[in-house]
Amino acid sequence: MTLYLVLATVLFVIGATTVLVRRGAIIMFMGIELMLNAANLAFVAFARQNGDVGGQVIAFFVMVVAAAEVVVGLAIIVALFRARRTVSADDENLLRH
Amino acid sequence: MNPEVVELATDAMSTAETVLFWIVAPIMVASASALIFAKRAVYAAVCMATTMICLAVLYVALDAPFLGVAQVVVYTGAVMMLFVFVLMLVGVDVADSFAETIRGQRLATVVFSLGLAVVLAGAVLRATLPNPVGIPESESGGNPGAVAEAIFTDYPFTLELVGTLLVVAALGAVVMTHRTRLTPKRTQRELSIARFKAGTQLTPLPAPGVYAGRNAVDVPAIDAAGRSLPASVPEAVRSRGQVRQVTAFEQPALQLESPEPAESASSAEPTEPAEPTEPAEPVSPAEPTEPAEPTEPADPAKPTEPTEPAEPAEPNEGGES
Repeated sequence: MTLYLVLATVLFVIGATTVLVRRGAIIMFMGIELMLNAANLAFVAFARQNGDVGGQVIAFFVMVVAAAEVVVGLAIIVALFRARRTVSADDENLLRH
Repeated sequence: MNPEVVELATDAMSTAETVLFWIVAPIMVASASALIFAKRAVYAAVCMATTMICLAVLYVALDAPFLGVAQVVVYTGAVMMLFVFVLMLVGVDVADSFAETIRGQRLATVVFSLGLAVVLAGAVLRATLPNPVGIPESESGGNPGAVAEAIFTDYPFTLELVGTLLVVAALGAVVMTHRTRLTPKRTQRELSIARFKAGTQLTPLPAPGVYAGRNAVDVPAIDAAGRSLPASVPEAVRSRGQVRQVTAFEQPALQLESPEPAESASSAEPTEPAEPTEPAEPVSPAEPTEPAEPTEPADPAKPTEPTEPAEPAEPNEGGES
């Protein structure tokens, strides 16, 4: 089980680094997704560790919430792109256009 | 690093599972790091999909076949598809800039990431985990049955909340991407009049490769006067600087700019059709900067004077200018 947790840690760190380093909004968003998935992996590993389906259930809910989040986030990105013709996080410096 | 803890946990996994893990995990880590290093967002998206599929494999290995299937369907099927879709909408030809806009940000990020890794790994590796219990399965439905039982008996309210969330999210996406029309829609007639007034190209743009040595998308068309028309190459190819200069009549587009228009007139000799043996000759991809105007017609009045066939002997002229 520790192996899975270590893998989840590595994935989480990679996702966090992506969000911090990259400037493109879409890639930053993918980093967030990666972090969510790393957390899911830890949940599933702990579910098996403790013999409780609850971990899998919460991973399932995380998946659904992540899907909803992707829908809204990508809609925001598309709206930003329409207003500014760019999706670079450096160029978005106003809340209105 | 607590080696005996790792060993103990590894013992709890079967040999097959360990082998599977050590095959899948490096793939996952490698393709996940593409998120940090990939230049183009599409590469990152493909690597992300790989990571998701590997994650599904690990879910199945972790006694969660239902989640494994859901992972493939939801993440690689729907979420990554959405990502790629938006990527295409926003424009694939935009490479992400790696310029550091905040001074010292990258160094700070590395420090932060290492710190986060150390903290998390410390917490994970110091924990002593007993042998895993394993997932109980329901009598009838196996793992999906067990998950369904838990969801619908223990967490029904959460499920309803999540359903509401999905509806709201879909509505939100519709609202956010909706655009109200501020001006009346222009009719075809008005558009046509405006186009004539502007005096730009009235006809459709030429297709790439027409009369050129080959008909690939990245080869500009040749017009009747023998000039190459960079406007015929699709915008995405042009902005990536991948326009090839293979012309049948040896008329590099650069020579249009040359001060002597007489030289730029074509020799109009359809001899040597294209010679595919001297291929590609990617004359300076800086060229597509000269935009869609094949106007400045380089004196089509005196297109003859087949003096020198525009000197194809020095193609490096394009490299200098």
